[in-house]
Amino acid sequence: MANKIPRTQARERDPKVRATNFEEVCFGYSPNEATLESTRCIQCKNPRCVAACPVSVKIPQFIQCVKENRFADAAKAIAADSSLPAVCGRVCPQESQCEGACVLGVKGEPVNIGKLERFVGDWAMDNNVETVKKTNPNGKHVAIIGSGPAGLACATDLAKFGYYVKIFEALHKPGGVLEYGIPEFRLPKERVVKREIDNVRKLGVEIETDVVVGRTVTVDGLMDDEKFDAVFIGSGAGLPKFMGIPGENFNGVVSANEFLTRANLMKAYDSDYDTPIYVGSNVAVVGGGNVAMDAARTAKRLGANVSIVYRRSEKELPARAEEVHHAKEEGIDFKMLTNPTTILGNDIGWVTGLRCVRMELGEPDASGRRSPVELKDSEFDFPTDVVIMALGTSPNPLIKDTTPGLESNKRGCIVANEQGATTRPGIFAGGDAVSGAATVILAMGAGRAAAKAIDEYVKLKS
Amino acid sequence: MFKIVKKQLLAKDIYLMDVEAPRVARAAQPGQFLIVRIDEKGERIPLTICDYNAEKGTVTIVTQIVGASSRKICALNEGDYFASFTGPLGHPSELTLLCKEDLHKKHILFIAGGLGTAPVYPQVKWLAKQDAKADVIVGAKNKDLLILQDEMKAIAKNLYVATDDGSAGFKGLVTELFKDLVDKQGQKYDIVVAIGPMIMMKFVALTTKSYSIRTIVSLNTLMVDGTGMCGACRVTVGGKTKFTCVDGPEFDGHLVDFDEALRRQGMYKNIEKEKDCQCLVRLDKT
Repeated sequence: MANKIPRTQARERDPKVRATNFEEVCFGYSPNEATLESTRCIQCKNPRCVAACPVSVKIPQFIQCVKENRFADAAKAIAADSSLPAVCGRVCPQESQCEGACVLGVKGEPVNIGKLERFVGDWAMDNNVETVKKTNPNGKHVAIIGSGPAGLACATDLAKFGYYVKIFEALHKPGGVLEYGIPEFRLPKERVVKREIDNVRKLGVEIETDVVVGRTVTVDGLMDDEKFDAVFIGSGAGLPKFMGIPGENFNGVVSANEFLTRANLMKAYDSDYDTPIYVGSNVAVVGGGNVAMDAARTAKRLGANVSIVYRRSEKELPARAEEVHHAKEEGIDFKMLTNPTTILGNDIGWVTGLRCVRMELGEPDASGRRSPVELKDSEFDFPTDVVIMALGTSPNPLIKDTTPGLESNKRGCIVANEQGATTRPGIFAGGDAVSGAATVILAMGAGRAAAKAIDEYVKLKS
Repeated sequence: MFKIVKKQLLAKDIYLMDVEAPRVARAAQPGQFLIVRIDEKGERIPLTICDYNAEKGTVTIVTQIVGASSRKICALNEGDYFASFTGPLGHPSELTLLCKEDLHKKHILFIAGGLGTAPVYPQVKWLAKQDAKADVIVGAKNKDLLILQDEMKAIAKNLYVATDDGSAGFKGLVTELFKDLVDKQGQKYDIVVAIGPMIMMKFVALTTKSYSIRTIVSLNTLMVDGTGMCGACRVTVGGKTKFTCVDGPEFDGHLVDFDEALRRQGMYKNIEKEKDCQCLVRLDKT
């Protein structure tokens, strides 16, 4: 029986060594390991994994190709639905999507779909596999705002439909959160992000960097003056949240966005770059999501002792299981059921410590998670030089403020339906700009849905 | 890539550059800033916009050598390129929101310190175009560090100069010259706009507060992205945390917590010294 074979684990760097450098943690599968793991897939007639994938990658089909050593065909099978397999294989929360739905997981361990996808993505790039062909242009133009996962997925599908697509990126490098947010040791920039974006470019998609839509140009300017037939807003959720507790503006308190942008986009860990970054000896990261894990592990690699401070218990940590596991292996201290109330500082305005209270879990809240309740008289202080706030992000208001008639909700998210249509005809939106901070793959799913809707809209109009 | 089409020495270590950036030139308004990057490994450096010409597609910046990053900028020549030249960022000056009649009724005074003359220039120029000429005080250490004097004279109602050593104009600080104008020369002002080093803006705001004159300052905080993403530019205004890049750069000078702002501006100073650079610190500081 295929499922008697144990799940093939991917080899990883020694935690002690990797906690001192920015090399990728996981080596990924060799061809032999990939083929071995692929034999575990039982090729379900009604594959639950595909239904659980936000972009509906034909998982059994690509795994079958791997099993037959037809890696290029596997890449083509994935490329029909996803332009970023090497990225998604690394950063998707597989345990709650494809692998969470895998029937083998009911009694044993699910197929390692994430590592298989990553293997196929890497293999295709290493062997220059042309996974998609350029289509004849249809003469229609679509502008995409933001070159993150939502924008790239939308651009890929539109280019395949024959559209001329131009992506406008505010920063100096394309990729959005893949570039500024997720660290090198989890998602290598040159080897993975750049190459997958180059594949999108090969479809004819143009990317203009250094354009802040809402300031450099407006959405209406793109439609009226630059004659784009439709616009897709995939500008993400880039605005960091703070707690609003005393001491938050002391020197040494930074948002995870700032810390990670300095380290990732601006390569502060590389002495060839001019970017300064400060970690001191002790760092406290407040939050429990993937971003908190990324910030903590980055600070660790820069030489600090790092604690994660989270108000719920370990079970409720929203981060991917693998990230929590890796963070622990690397020696990150987890202070659970702990909530900061004040940031302590010295008389020259630098952080010296964190005042916290202990929490316990009460009744489940609207999200189904048990909400934390403060324990009486449990206040305590611990010393720290840097506090990194990783409390989530909200969408940047720049586009909604400069686009008349574009509705947004109370949380600042652009209002759009399932297909991405906003309250303005011809303007579509998806990803974190609509949902608030979520995952790479959900943003890609929204980008794909919008591409379909844009195609229908433009065809109807012309 | 953004080409430098003109470079001119204005004063010792102070250079003016015209840069080809058609999109920025078309969109720029008085009071806005931009972010430049010299090369792949360089910082994102916020700079104020000194002038812009939508027809030519050029934007003018003025830079003073104060550290490694500004030295790199000033080492660029005509024909060289900036890797990034992103903007315009921030809100336009609140004066641009006033209608012509309102502007005509207001007596407006600009107080520019050092390189702050550069961002003051487009505001005064814009007002002159609305037939609402403003008075301008320019302060500098000495007469050799004064910039854009002829240009400013041509568009200001009155141009007053203060130098620390008295080598040009009034001998003393801009705040002393301001008091002299109001107390002794009978000038009346409804709005003061102060742009210059943080410490100068702090003392201008303190001075104008005692005269109850509305005062606008344009803050030069640390920044990384300049689009609202990082929060490095946080500043407390009226007890609330604001982001200079998206909520500013202009704020009510009487509400800004300048002591916090000054402290936050120095956050990376030691690290920068180690790296022998003044990264991220806006260059229009002294």
